[in-house]
Amino acid sequence: MASIQDSAPDAAHVAPAVSTPALMRLALVATGLVVAFGVVPAYATDYWLSSIIIPTIVMGLAGISLNLLQGYAGLVSLGSAAFMSVGVFSAYNLILRAPDLPLPGVFVLAGLIAAAVGVVFGLPALRIKGFYLAASTLGAQFFFQWLFTNYPWFSNNSQSLTISAPRLEFLGYDLQSPHGRYLLVVSVTALLIGLAFLVVRSRLGREWMAIRDMETAASVLGIRVARRKLEAYAVSSFFLGITGVLWGFAYLGTADAHTYNLDKSFQILFIVLIGGTATIFGNFLGAAFIVLTPIVLDHLVLASNVAYLSDQGAITNLQRVIFGAIIIFILIKEPDGLSAWIRRGVEAIRGRLAS
Amino acid sequence: MAFFLETLIAGLFAGLMYGLVAIGFVLIYKASGVFNFAQGAMVFLAALVFVSLVERGIPFWGAFALTALLMAIVAVAVEALVLRPLRNRDPLTLFMATLGLSFVIDGTAQFFLGTDVHMLDLGIDDIAQDYGGILVSRFDIVASLIVIALVAVLAAVFSKTRMGISLRAVADDTLAAQSIGIRLPVIWRIVWSVAGFVALVAGLLWGARQGVQFSLSLVTLKALPVLIIGGFSSIPGAIVGGLIVGASEALADIYLGPIVNGSVSTWFAYILAVAFLLIRPAGLFGDREIERV
Repeated sequence: MASIQDSAPDAAHVAPAVSTPALMRLALVATGLVVAFGVVPAYATDYWLSSIIIPTIVMGLAGISLNLLQGYAGLVSLGSAAFMSVGVFSAYNLILRAPDLPLPGVFVLAGLIAAAVGVVFGLPALRIKGFYLAASTLGAQFFFQWLFTNYPWFSNNSQSLTISAPRLEFLGYDLQSPHGRYLLVVSVTALLIGLAFLVVRSRLGREWMAIRDMETAASVLGIRVARRKLEAYAVSSFFLGITGVLWGFAYLGTADAHTYNLDKSFQILFIVLIGGTATIFGNFLGAAFIVLTPIVLDHLVLASNVAYLSDQGAITNLQRVIFGAIIIFILIKEPDGLSAWIRRGVEAIRGRLAS
Repeated sequence: MAFFLETLIAGLFAGLMYGLVAIGFVLIYKASGVFNFAQGAMVFLAALVFVSLVERGIPFWGAFALTALLMAIVAVAVEALVLRPLRNRDPLTLFMATLGLSFVIDGTAQFFLGTDVHMLDLGIDDIAQDYGGILVSRFDIVASLIVIALVAVLAAVFSKTRMGISLRAVADDTLAAQSIGIRLPVIWRIVWSVAGFVALVAGLLWGARQGVQFSLSLVTLKALPVLIIGGFSSIPGAIVGGLIVGASEALADIYLGPIVNGSVSTWFAYILAVAFLLIRPAGLFGDREIERV
């Protein structure tokens, strides 16, 4: 008797709570879309769009790509930038050699080519695991930098081995202006975030997490571990390929093999760890940190006006020190990454609403 | 044939240097399970500090002792500020922390000592001598002897002294080692200091060869394939792995490079390492791990 009484009020309490998060989530998505497509383009200046907002969004997307592989499937990669470069060089050559292909087709095909490359370099994951995998992805990093430097065919035999962004247009709309490029970036990102959520919530995503948490147990449960791992590399590289196209064409306007060097791969790794593993939105916090820290440090150094620091080399090195120290600090203080801030914020609001 | 042998020997020497950097990794990996990306930055820091001291008129051994002392201070600081707060965290987090640490170390070094390339003269002539038709540099031979001596000393320390045995206990089973009263922070401090000393030797030998400059810290990246081939937990493995990587890289550059239209030394070692992994996942001398559910 007692148990029925105990459970009845609980059930009444739970029933509306189930629909509230769903509603809240819908409201969040709607707000996000309104902000991304309405508020930001209306108020942001060209400088903010092209120097801060676009790189933050693209790097956040890169973080999501690596997070799918590392946070959800538990596989290591030190060569994310290589797959980005495969994406951008594929897109460049597709536009060059198949001019009739519409822009979305270019993005998808570039992503698919990067995915195929990702599967090849993910093959060692079938035999080895853990940190050893870093070797094959680090190999990819150096291999593609070498390939795009030594074979000028990829950059249409350009003397400087640099490729420049083609005219970006879609259905007759010119996307060359900062606002146009922003809209391109934010639309592609919105679609890919949606795709990432679908993947993560699907059977595929759940099986990745099972493999991540304990591979042996997962294989005992009948999960096809080898296949799932390769799919993780494919999906992650597909995302990275498209991210690479956005970075080269929508942000920088030009690209060469060194744009996508090891530093970039490490930055993406930082984004994942600082933003929080196995999160989607945390990546944008991590990306904002990566993009904003050098800018803020630059301003601070200029403002402090120390004569000793007038030497540019000294400033760069000071930035390196501060950046490294902040990374260690965050790793120590926020084991779950900056996305813990979001969670705490949401809980605080929810707690206030409830009381 | 003489050309082949000369290429091979030059490669083996480069490999010995890789091995020397890899030993620093192995020491730290065994003691604290960290893949220490900052090892390369430590090599660079040691070489830069040493060369700056010598340029300011401090004699060789004085500069050597001062730099070794500095590396010990760095080790104690790293243990207190980075390792201890991050205890029991997953290997990737620790790796990223050492990546941040490498920024701090090489940034600090260059902030105070400048970004110029320094020439370092150890007083060993780098001239080729003829040994039965094969030209070998005297510097290479002396450097090889130094490395062999260093490895022998390390091996003796780890198998004979109380400290070395404690270290092996920690590497074998950290929890059991702690429960019999081995103090982990002390072990870490000592091991990082020894790794710093190895970095100093590596920095001097590399620096004398190619000048003391930032690229010294990039030698870390070559240590990964070396460790994979040799095994993460074996000092002889690090040397053998280094030799294999150095030799095959040099040969591939000479014989494979022209075919594929450019130097392959940036990526060849990784492909080799992956090929090794597929055949022997634990490396040549590594410990095989068994996973239980």
